[in-house]
Amino acid sequence: MKDELIECSEFEKTGASRRNVNNPERVASAVAGGALVAYGLKRGGMLGVTISALGGGLLLRGTTGHSVVYDAVGLNTNDLSATSLFGKTPKALTGTVRVKKAVTVNRSPADIYQYWRNFENLPTFMKHLESVTSVGENKTRWKAKAPLGATVEWDAELTSDIENQRIGWRSLEGADIPNSGTVELRPTRERGTEVIVTLMYEAPGGKVGEWAAWALGEEPSLQIADDLGRFKSLMETGLILTTEGQTSGRSEEARQLAHAAGA
Amino acid sequence: MKAICWYGKHDVRTMQVPEPQILNSRDAIIRITLTAICGSDLHLYNGYIPTMEAGDILGHEFMGEVVELGNDVTNLKVGDRVVVPFTISCGNCFSCKRELWSLCDNSNPNPRMLETLAGYSGSALFGYSHMYGGFAGGQAEYVRVPFADVGPIKVPDHMPDEKVLFLSDIFPTGFMAAENCNIHPGDTVAVWGAGPVGQFAAVSANLLGAEKVCIIDHYEDRLELARTQNPNVVTINFDEETVYDRLLEETGGRGPDACIDAVGLESHGTSLDALLDYAKAYAYLATDRPHALRQAIYCCRKGGTVSVPGVYGGFLDKFNFGAAFGKGLTFKMGQTHMHKYMPRLLAEIENGSVDPSFVISHRLKLSEAPLAYEKFNEKKDPWRKVVLSPN
Repeated sequence: MKDELIECSEFEKTGASRRNVNNPERVASAVAGGALVAYGLKRGGMLGVTISALGGGLLLRGTTGHSVVYDAVGLNTNDLSATSLFGKTPKALTGTVRVKKAVTVNRSPADIYQYWRNFENLPTFMKHLESVTSVGENKTRWKAKAPLGATVEWDAELTSDIENQRIGWRSLEGADIPNSGTVELRPTRERGTEVIVTLMYEAPGGKVGEWAAWALGEEPSLQIADDLGRFKSLMETGLILTTEGQTSGRSEEARQLAHAAGA
Repeated sequence: MKAICWYGKHDVRTMQVPEPQILNSRDAIIRITLTAICGSDLHLYNGYIPTMEAGDILGHEFMGEVVELGNDVTNLKVGDRVVVPFTISCGNCFSCKRELWSLCDNSNPNPRMLETLAGYSGSALFGYSHMYGGFAGGQAEYVRVPFADVGPIKVPDHMPDEKVLFLSDIFPTGFMAAENCNIHPGDTVAVWGAGPVGQFAAVSANLLGAEKVCIIDHYEDRLELARTQNPNVVTINFDEETVYDRLLEETGGRGPDACIDAVGLESHGTSLDALLDYAKAYAYLATDRPHALRQAIYCCRKGGTVSVPGVYGGFLDKFNFGAAFGKGLTFKMGQTHMHKYMPRLLAEIENGSVDPSFVISHRLKLSEAPLAYEKFNEKKDPWRKVVLSPN
């Protein structure tokens, strides 16, 4: 069941789909409810009973995660797509992700166009891509890494090609993750070229797929920021600087030579 | 090879680790002949800097001999003797091209953390945590230097290591602080902090033509050191007199034309641990207590300049910005743009106007680094600047 990504507690009598109160709120409800129940019982009298009853309602809301009131007004604070690790609200309601990022590269628009227009170069800076190969006139086959070590493949066509200004592409019918992108190149005064990239994805399985990507730390706008940083470095310095493989005390062969001082 | 590695607060160890390798085509491998411990290394030692990992190799002030070159380094040969700047710069980006070397766009492979803190990331540093790139440092026998066709500067054989080592950080840092004062004839420059950076700032202010230099601290041996280097310097011990009053006296009631804060957050016990979380949550929390900076702002003459070389990392509390605004002050600050200053300062050393080795208080073996960190951290006289030999 793809939708069962939410952990179930042993108090859960209702199915996951009835949950419309998020976890922090549940805790707050349960705690407040419990306190009110205790107070109401202690107070006694008609008022005390009422308070206990209210407290009981809150306690029930906390333990089951289901709010009748929320149902009535159509509110759901447990919609996972409404939160994000990085403080942004992705457009997950429709399952579409759109990211737009700009970077300024100290090269001419022509240099950048030449490199990007050959889509086979894209994996040199887009970390999630394994390969892009030409399969015909303006058609390419893309192979990408997906979360959890899977791969995803699709064919794409060129949708726009204005030399030194704009390149656009779109996946063809049958793509697992329908996607499209554009890159616009704007020359600047004395700063090189502004490279503005827009990407759109239909996440696999809609909201659930986006959540999975989010949970695994592959948030699209961060990924494209990293990709563009690598592109800029490649274009400006000829390389992508790495520390992978560098030496440290963490190496398997490492051993201590002297006693630690001051520890 | 031997290397000094960080393992936690107050836990620095001499380790045997693999020798570094060429990883990018513009790398070089340097065999280190002399290295030093910086005051800012103590922030790492005291656990104040986040994103350190157990096993990280420390050290950002080092020099030595080229032993291996990547395919794309054409301006150096094996055997060249070089001093390496502590900031890593590519030489090709907008920042580097504008001589803003310490703001290089490309040298930090992990820029997201600094971006979260500040909006953008500057250059990577050697041996100074993963948010600054996570590059292995030079308190070791060998080090891998990225963009070796840009950073390292060749030094003549006749100049001993001790004379040129501080081109790697503290001399250019003090010099840039003084240059940022925009010194005009007749100017008085006041320097807060008589540690090595303050010492070089005072020397540099004189080199740049200041009429009078005042230096402020409460360690007598440091003030004495400043006097031996700059016979006309005015030393102010803030335990014995009021800094503001003395500065007014020295400047005929005007206040110093420029003030250098060569203290930074160093003397304060503030933790930077929660910095990144706070930044992301936009919570306003004071992490640095800038006593020296506040005082510099207060004492500076109207329309003067406050120059800040001394490291700040987080958020200031009760910062007298009103005074700064009211007096129309200019602030200049930041990490040293090393490559701009190294050749010029090498020339100053060569012609004899400065001998930077004067700041050295201790000469130890690399393997004695853990002891040196401990003693240096206690800040007891006379542990002032420690140099370490890998052999």
